[in-house]
Amino acid sequence: MSAVPAEGKPLLGGRFRFWLKSEEASGFKLLSPAFLYALVMLAAPLAMVVVISFWTQELIDFDRSFTLKNYEEAWTDPIYRVLMLRSLAISGIVTVTTVILAFPIAYFVSFHVKHHKPLWILLITIPFWTSYLLRVFLWKVILGYNGVLNSGLIELGLIEEPLTFILYNATTVVITLAHAWAPFAILPIFVSLEKIDRSLLEAAEDLGDGPIQRFFRVTLPLAMPGVIAASLIVFIPTVGDYVTPRLVGGNSGLMIANIIQLQFGQASNAPLGAALALSAMVIVAAISVLIVWSSRRFTKRQAR
Amino acid sequence: MSSTPSAGTIIDIERVEKRFGQVAALKKGIDARIREGEFFSLLGPSGCGKTTLLRMIAGLDDPTVGEIRIDGKPMNGVPANHRPTNMVFQSYAIFPHLNVFENVSYGLRKQRLVKAEVERRVAEALAMVSLSGYEKRASHAMSGGQRQRIALARALVLRPRVLLLDEPLSALDKQLREQMQIELRHLQREVGITFVLVTHDQSEALTMSDRIAVMFEGNIAQLDSPEMLYRRPISKRVASFIGVMNFFPASVTGESAKGVEAEIAGLGPMTVPKQQVPKDVTGREVTAGVRPEMMTLLFDETETAEREVMAEIDDVVYYGDMSYYSLRLPGCEELTTVSMRNTAGRPILKEGGSVRVGWGQESVVLLS
Amino acid sequence: MRQGRWLKVYSLTYLVFIYAPVLLLPIFAFNDSAIVAFPLTGFTTKWFEELWSATVMHEALWNSLYVGIATAVLSTVFGTCAARASTRFDFRGKKAAMGFIMLPLVLPEIIVAVALVVVLVQMGISLSLFAVVLGHVLICTPFSIAILSSAFNNLDLSLEEASLDLGETPFSTFFRVTLPLVAPGIVSSLLISFTISLDEFIIAFFLTGTDPTLPVYIWSQLRFTAKLPGVVSLGSLLLLASLILLLAAEYFRRRANKKAGTEGDGTGGFL
Repeated sequence: MSAVPAEGKPLLGGRFRFWLKSEEASGFKLLSPAFLYALVMLAAPLAMVVVISFWTQELIDFDRSFTLKNYEEAWTDPIYRVLMLRSLAISGIVTVTTVILAFPIAYFVSFHVKHHKPLWILLITIPFWTSYLLRVFLWKVILGYNGVLNSGLIELGLIEEPLTFILYNATTVVITLAHAWAPFAILPIFVSLEKIDRSLLEAAEDLGDGPIQRFFRVTLPLAMPGVIAASLIVFIPTVGDYVTPRLVGGNSGLMIANIIQLQFGQASNAPLGAALALSAMVIVAAISVLIVWSSRRFTKRQAR
Repeated sequence: MSSTPSAGTIIDIERVEKRFGQVAALKKGIDARIREGEFFSLLGPSGCGKTTLLRMIAGLDDPTVGEIRIDGKPMNGVPANHRPTNMVFQSYAIFPHLNVFENVSYGLRKQRLVKAEVERRVAEALAMVSLSGYEKRASHAMSGGQRQRIALARALVLRPRVLLLDEPLSALDKQLREQMQIELRHLQREVGITFVLVTHDQSEALTMSDRIAVMFEGNIAQLDSPEMLYRRPISKRVASFIGVMNFFPASVTGESAKGVEAEIAGLGPMTVPKQQVPKDVTGREVTAGVRPEMMTLLFDETETAEREVMAEIDDVVYYGDMSYYSLRLPGCEELTTVSMRNTAGRPILKEGGSVRVGWGQESVVLLS
Repeated sequence: MRQGRWLKVYSLTYLVFIYAPVLLLPIFAFNDSAIVAFPLTGFTTKWFEELWSATVMHEALWNSLYVGIATAVLSTVFGTCAARASTRFDFRGKKAAMGFIMLPLVLPEIIVAVALVVVLVQMGISLSLFAVVLGHVLICTPFSIAILSSAFNNLDLSLEEASLDLGETPFSTFFRVTLPLVAPGIVSSLLISFTISLDEFIIAFFLTGTDPTLPVYIWSQLRFTAKLPGVVSLGSLLLLASLILLLAAEYFRRRANKKAGTEGDGTGGFL
């Protein structure tokens, strides 16, 4: 650390011993197990992925000379470009719909539920604790050719032939993801709504705002941090989702994670997979930063 | 390098300074001696370092510079659990997972007493704070005042040499606070243990303490008995922190056997007795101070005073038992406040009129 | 309050949407038909009986339990230390270090999985359940930290000081004061980490080698239509288990808050 003076050794020892007893040192000591673990199990592997992305796959080993070929392929090959854009589009749509659908329920629980808030929140979170895999799979069961929806509708006599446009495409992926990530969108918005001082709303009303004006001039701007958090929490992981497109997406619903897995699996081209994964990560990070940045500007302008 | 403690000294604070990182809480080296068996208060506004000093006595913090001795023994590096002090925390720090008995007996475990003896001492301590019979109660079900009593009992049961109290009454409402002030005072007399109290409430310090150290910005400004602090404050700051005082610009004109001769704006030339002039008042330009109740209004010709002057009444505030007059004295820019007890038959004057104001030599102090 | 009524109708509809798929699990788990579709054909418990004798599934279950318990213990130990550090001490670089430890929360799991698989293969460590544990600890530690931070935050610092002042050593203070007061948080952290690990698929899928965890086993079954009723009944058992674990965790979290003298905020400690 920075406690390395240029002077002689005794001083260093003395200072170091003093530092060891300090509050700072206690903090470091306690934090170090988790930190070192993250360093070894996350930072190091990620660095490794970066390194490998500049190598070339040869049968079972790597050609370790530096090359940008993988990135070139990742960014120019139409297949990857289509998958990347589709992943971003699907995640974008999922994020927007999930957040818009989530806002009213968060608003309801925060502003209109009086005594049973914890119960409502528990009810909303319970499905999140059931296996993600199974929830996605159940949508396949619901929307499939012989699925619950089709068989139910036929049983009711509403349709004669099973609907086929509802499974194995991008729409299915959107519905499934919007369902799977709902609690993640509701909770941050709920928390930020809860933090709003209710007297601010009364003040707005007292100063002449109607309910709608009040909502757009006070409630929404103050809830913005929650909305942004919800958007990021949904957007970032869904871009890299593997299970949903694989189970319910068909060929037209495949996403970037599926092709990354393919490179590490059957295609066994780890360098290309690494380049794709890193590209996806960088793009997602860039978009996230952009969302945060533009929302800050938006809130600032609103505040004036 | 520990000097022999002077007779009756229990805590010796010598050149103590404390820094937290870059921030100095106590900067100039504090010196103070707390006497055996006294009720000692550290009084000051928030952020003056009084709690820091208390925590260093308790062993919860260590001084950066200087030394604290208890019973003549140097305490630097001695952790809280090895010091003969116990503390009542501002939040009371009642262990929420333990009941009243378990809280009070918490510190006794170390002493390896037999069960009956533990029970006896806990009962004794609870009786002292009027909580007999509450042993089995859950501590989180107790009220603020009761929690405070548990905290007291928990510390006193260990029979510490010194009991430290960190703003123990600040969380209570006004009525309970005033009641507890009296009870604490009685308790201290009864057990005879040295109490060191930290407070920002001057009336609390005045009513309970034998001696008070007034602290500003990490320094002790004045250490004295309540009466001396009130009657002979050494600075404008101390004077206005404890009660109300009128200040007059004054210039020293000479010194005689009787005292310091001064020309005081609004009051005229006066001889201020030696004991009313603090040592560090030097130079020509000084400040004279008079408490509002140390001056009097002379309502008719029969009443006289050692010195008097005609003043205009600028404002009158009626407080029921008292009336506060804001007066304009000739040759003095600031208004002067005089308080009068509303005794039977005494009139309450109207603003706009004029009145004779009287005072005596012993009412005036000089300040730095 | 008309606005309130519409919002309530909307919210209830939304809950139905959230619950619809999950509610199908118990329905089809007891349905007689070999195809998972309406109309229902009759009541049966034969799928559960089949599960009883499915030895591969049992192995997967044991694997999952091993991974889950190891993950829960490790991430709770890391989480306890880190939460204590971040709530009690101030030091340079704390924010950056904490941010880095919490990073897996916002990283797509596929990235974590890919990174781990690359480094393990490079280091010549064979893929195994142990590798899965390594990955799961990484993603569960942030949850443990979040839960335990709230437990430590609710703990009044002066309680520990009072204990020292009353004569206890720092060591005995930890056992007499700190631990009893955060114990419910620790239990809650164990349960949550265990549940996350039990449900996690993608990292396990990448790292597990030849021993499947339960989700990996389920994944392998999904390809066969004939296996679906079995999967559904297994799913409803898992749902039940998750529910019990979650409610237990919530119970302990609330007790932690109550013990520390504060009311629960009702938002789930992991926010």
